[in-house]
Amino acid sequence: MKRFLTALFFFVLLIAAWHWAYARRIWSPVLVPSPESVVRYIWEIALDGSLWSSTVVTMKRLVAGYFIGLLAGVPLGFLTARVQALRDTVGVLALGLQGLPSVCWVPLALLWFGQTESAMLFVVVMGTLWSVILATETGVRNVNPIYIRAARTMGSSGLHTWVNVMLPASLPFIVSGMKQGWAFAWRSLMAAEIYVTIITGFGLGHLLHYGRELNAMEQVVAIMLVIVLIGLLADKILFSPFEKFLHRRWGTEK
Amino acid sequence: MTLAHGLSAPTSAHLAIEKVSKWFETSRGPVHALDNVSLQVAEGEFVCLVGPSGCGKSTLLNMIAGLEMPGQGSVVAAGQPVKEPSRARMMMFQEAALFPWLDAFGNVMFSLKRKPGLTDAERRDVAEYYLKLVGLEKFMHANIHELSGGMKQRVALARALAPNPRVLLMDEPFAALDAMTREQLYGDLQRIWKQRNVTIVFVTHNVREAVSLGDRVVLFSPHPGRIREEFTVTLPRPRDINSVEVAGYATRITRALKDHMEHGAGI
Repeated sequence: MKRFLTALFFFVLLIAAWHWAYARRIWSPVLVPSPESVVRYIWEIALDGSLWSSTVVTMKRLVAGYFIGLLAGVPLGFLTARVQALRDTVGVLALGLQGLPSVCWVPLALLWFGQTESAMLFVVVMGTLWSVILATETGVRNVNPIYIRAARTMGSSGLHTWVNVMLPASLPFIVSGMKQGWAFAWRSLMAAEIYVTIITGFGLGHLLHYGRELNAMEQVVAIMLVIVLIGLLADKILFSPFEKFLHRRWGTEK
Repeated sequence: MTLAHGLSAPTSAHLAIEKVSKWFETSRGPVHALDNVSLQVAEGEFVCLVGPSGCGKSTLLNMIAGLEMPGQGSVVAAGQPVKEPSRARMMMFQEAALFPWLDAFGNVMFSLKRKPGLTDAERRDVAEYYLKLVGLEKFMHANIHELSGGMKQRVALARALAPNPRVLLMDEPFAALDAMTREQLYGDLQRIWKQRNVTIVFVTHNVREAVSLGDRVVLFSPHPGRIREEFTVTLPRPRDINSVEVAGYATRITRALKDHMEHGAGI
C-alpha cells in the first residue's frame, strides 16, 4: 500500500508539472499539449472504437510472431546447446543476428513480402527468435550436470529428461530470454508500423504516424502513453507469473 | 494397504565386482583410476569404501550405479550385469542434487513417477511414507532453498528410498554437513537401513564415519585405485561415533592407510 501511494504521488507530481509547464506556455502548445487534451483524445478514440481496433491489430501481430519465435527458439536453443556442430553454425548465426537491431529487418521484409501482414510477422519473429535461442542455449549449458545424473538414476532418460529436468532447470535463463525477445519484438513492430502502411490493418504505430502527419501532438503523446501501458501490462501478464514461480522456488526473492 | 505394492520386496541384491579396471582420458594423458578391483557385497550388508582422494572409490560407486562403465572386468548386481542405471540401485550424492523447481514432495514423487505399476494415489502415499520416515512430515511442501543442509540430505534420502531400491549407493552424502547434523543422520540411516533391509555401499574419506556405520570397511589406496585391506567391524549397533571402540578401530584403519600410502609413494 505504501509502495502504491509512493508511485501514485510520483505520477501525480509528474502530471502536475506537465500541466504547469503547459499553463505557463513555456513551450508552444503545438509541441507540448495539455494533459487534458491527451486524455480527451484517448477518450474519443476509445468511444469511436479506433483505439481498440488498432490495439487488436498490433497485438495480433505481436503475439503471433512472438509465439512463433518462442516455439522455434526454445527447441533450437536446446539443440545448439547439445550439438556442437549446431552451436558452431546456428549458434554463431544467432549471436550475430541478435546484435542486429531488429528494425533493420524492416526493409528486407518489405522487399520480400510487400506491404503485407507477412512482413510484419517476419519482423516480429526475427526480433524474438535469436534472443530466445541464445538464452535457452545458455540456460541448458548452465544446468548442473548432477541433476542429469540424479535423474538418470531415477529412471529418467531421453525426452523425459529434456522436458522434466533440462527445461525447468534452465527456466531462469529462458524467462530472461523471453523478456528480451519480447522487448525486441515490440520495438521492431512499432518501428515497422510507423514507417510502413499495411492496408490489411491499422495498428498503434499507424496512429502515431498519422499524429505526426497531422501535427496532432496530443495524438502522438496519447498513443505513446498507450504503448507504454501495453508494455507494462504485458510484463505483468506474461512474465510476472513465471518470475513469481522462480522467486518462490529458487529463493531469489530480495 | 496401498503401500503394499510400493514396499513389497525384492530380488537378491548381491553385488559382485570382478577384476574391474578403469582409465580416464584427460588433457594430460590417461589416468589409471581403478586397477583390478574385486569386491563382493552380500544382501543387506552395509559396506563403507574408504580412501584418500583419487583412489577411485567414487568411480566404483558410479559403476555400480550404472552411470559409468568399467574399462575391464564386470559389475554384476542381483545376477545381472550392470549396463545402465536402475531403480534397484539408487544413488545419493554429496550435494543433495534436489531439483529446485519442485518442492520436497515433488522431488520424492519424481523418482516414483518413473516407476511403473503404481497409481498416482499410491505414489502419493509412498512419498508421504518416506518423507515421514526421514522426519520431514512438516516440510513436505517446503521449497528446497528453505531447507537446511541436513534436511536437504533427508529429502534426498527419501527420494532415493522411495522406489524401494535393493541397493543404496551413497557418495560422501554427509561430508558437507556440520558434526551435530551428521551424528543425527548416522542414527537415522542405521535405523532406516535395518527397517528397510537395504544393501548400502557408502563412500567416505572419514574413517570414523566408516567404522560407525559399516559392517565392513574397505580400504582403498590411490594412483591407481586399488583395494588394500578389508576390516570387518563387529561392534554392536547402534554405534556412537565418539565411543572408544569406534576410535580404536579407526586408529587401526588410519594406521594401515598411512602404511599403504608410504609404500605406494615408494613405487
